[in-house]
Amino acid sequence: MHSILLFDAALVLEKSIFVVVLFIITLTVAAYATYGERKIAAFFQDRIGPNRAGPFGLLQPLADGVKFFTKEDFMPNAAERWLFILAPASFMFVACMTSAVIPWGTELTLFGKPVSLQLTDLNIGVLYILGFTSLGVYGIMIGGWASNNKYSLYGSIRASAQMISYELAMGLALIAVVMMSGTLSLKEMAIQQAGLNWNIWYQPLGFLIFFICALAECNRAPFDMAECETELIGGYHTEYSSMKLGMFLFAEYINMFVSCAVIATVYFGGYNFPLIDPGWLGGLMGPIVMFAKTFFFIFVFMWIRWTLPRFRYDQLMRLGWKSLIPLAIINMLLTGAGVLLFDK
Amino acid sequence: MSLAVFLILAAASVLFALLVVFTKNPVHSVIYLILAFFAIAGQYVLLNAQFLAVVHIIVYAGAIMVLFLFVLMLLNLNMDTEPTQTGRWKLGAAIAAGMLLVTFIGALKGGIQLSAVTDHNPQVGLVQNLGRVLFTDFVVPFEIAGILFLAAMVGAVMVGKRDVTI
Repeated sequence: MHSILLFDAALVLEKSIFVVVLFIITLTVAAYATYGERKIAAFFQDRIGPNRAGPFGLLQPLADGVKFFTKEDFMPNAAERWLFILAPASFMFVACMTSAVIPWGTELTLFGKPVSLQLTDLNIGVLYILGFTSLGVYGIMIGGWASNNKYSLYGSIRASAQMISYELAMGLALIAVVMMSGTLSLKEMAIQQAGLNWNIWYQPLGFLIFFICALAECNRAPFDMAECETELIGGYHTEYSSMKLGMFLFAEYINMFVSCAVIATVYFGGYNFPLIDPGWLGGLMGPIVMFAKTFFFIFVFMWIRWTLPRFRYDQLMRLGWKSLIPLAIINMLLTGAGVLLFDK
Repeated sequence: MSLAVFLILAAASVLFALLVVFTKNPVHSVIYLILAFFAIAGQYVLLNAQFLAVVHIIVYAGAIMVLFLFVLMLLNLNMDTEPTQTGRWKLGAAIAAGMLLVTFIGALKGGIQLSAVTDHNPQVGLVQNLGRVLFTDFVVPFEIAGILFLAAMVGAVMVGKRDVTI
C-alpha cells in the first residue's frame, strides 16, 4: 500500500464492475424501500397499499419513476439556477458515496479468482462514513436557499441545525466502538465480531444513541422537521418538481439503506451469524446475512416512522444536546474504564 | 500519473481559492471554499495521509462551512441592503491585505530553501503512526491544544447563555 496510484488493469476492471453492481443494488433497494414503506404504512393503517401496477403492486416503483420523469420540470423564477440544479445532484452523489467502505461479505469466488466483497478497505472507514454523512446536509441547505422561498429556507436551516447537533452524538457513540475494537476499519470490525461476539452486547447504550442519531441524520420521522408538511409544506423541496424532487426523495431512501447497513456492520456483526459460515455458497452467504440484517433495520426505521408522532423543534434540540451528547460522553467514559479493566 | 493528479488538484485549489475572493455572492464564495477544501483534501490523499484528509473534510467542509452557510442564509445578504464601502475603508483594507501578503511571501521564502522531502516514511500519515507520534513526541503540545479547545468550548457556552450576568 505504498501509493493508491499504483494499480493494475485487472483490479481496475474488477472494482469498476463492483461499483456498477453496488450502484444497481443500492438503487434497487432504495426503489423497493419506497414500495415497502407504502405497504408497511398501509399495514399499520389497516389499508391494502399499492396493488395496481403488477402483481401485489410490485411494479409500483417503476411506475413512480416514470411519473417523476414525465412531470413538468418547473424552475421557479427567483431561483438561483445553477445551485437549484446542483443541490439534488450533490445530495444524491453524497448518498451513493457512503456505501464504498461497507464490507458486504468476505470473499466471492468468481472464475476461480477471489473477489473481495468490499469496494475499498480504508483504514479510516468509520471516519469516511462520518465525513460523508456530514456532507449530506449541503444538498438540503443549498436546495432550500436556492429555491428563494421562505418555507424552503426554514426547512434547510432546520435541517442543518439538526444535522450538526446529531452528528456530535453520533461521532461520540462511534468513538466508544472504536475504542473497544481498536480499529477504524469496518472490515476489521466485522472480522472481530465473528459468531455471536457482536458489539451490541458491549455497547447497548452506544447503539441506542447511534440509532436515534441515524434516524435524525436520515431526516426520518419523528425527526423530519426539515420537511414537516404541516408547518413547512415540504420544507427544502417545496419548490422542486419532477425528477429533481424524485432525486431528493430517492437519496433519502439510499441514506436509510446505507445507515442500516452501517448499523448492521458496526453493532450487529455485519455478515456474521452464529452457525452460519459467511463463506458458504461460494461466499454468497455473507451478503445474504448482511442484507437480511439491513432489511430488518429498514423495517424498524419504517415501523418507527408510522408509530411515533413528530417532535417539536425545541424538543428535538433538547434531546440532541441535553440528553444524547451527555449520555454519549458517559458511554465513552464507561467504555474507556471497561477497556482498561478487562482489556477487551 | 502522480504528478498529473497533483497538478490538477493544485490548479483546482488555486482556481477555487481565487473564485472565493472574486465572487460577488457570499453563498457562492462559501461553495467555492468548500470545493477548495476538497482539492486540498485530495493533496493529503496523494501524500497517503488519509486520516488528515478525512478529518480535514469532517472539520472544515462538514462542520465549519455548514455554520458559515447557516449564518449567511440567516443574514440573507444582497446588493441592495449591503452598506457601500467608502474609499478610505477600501484603501485601509488594501494596505492590510498587502502587508499580510508580504508576511506570507517572507515566510515562504525561507521554506523554499528546504530540500524537498523525498525519502520520508510513506506510512507516516496513517492513523496508527499519527496517534503514536501525537501521544509520545508531541504529547505536551497536544494536551495543551486540548485544554485550549476545552476552554474555548466553555467560553462559547458562557457567551451563548442568555440569562447570565457577567
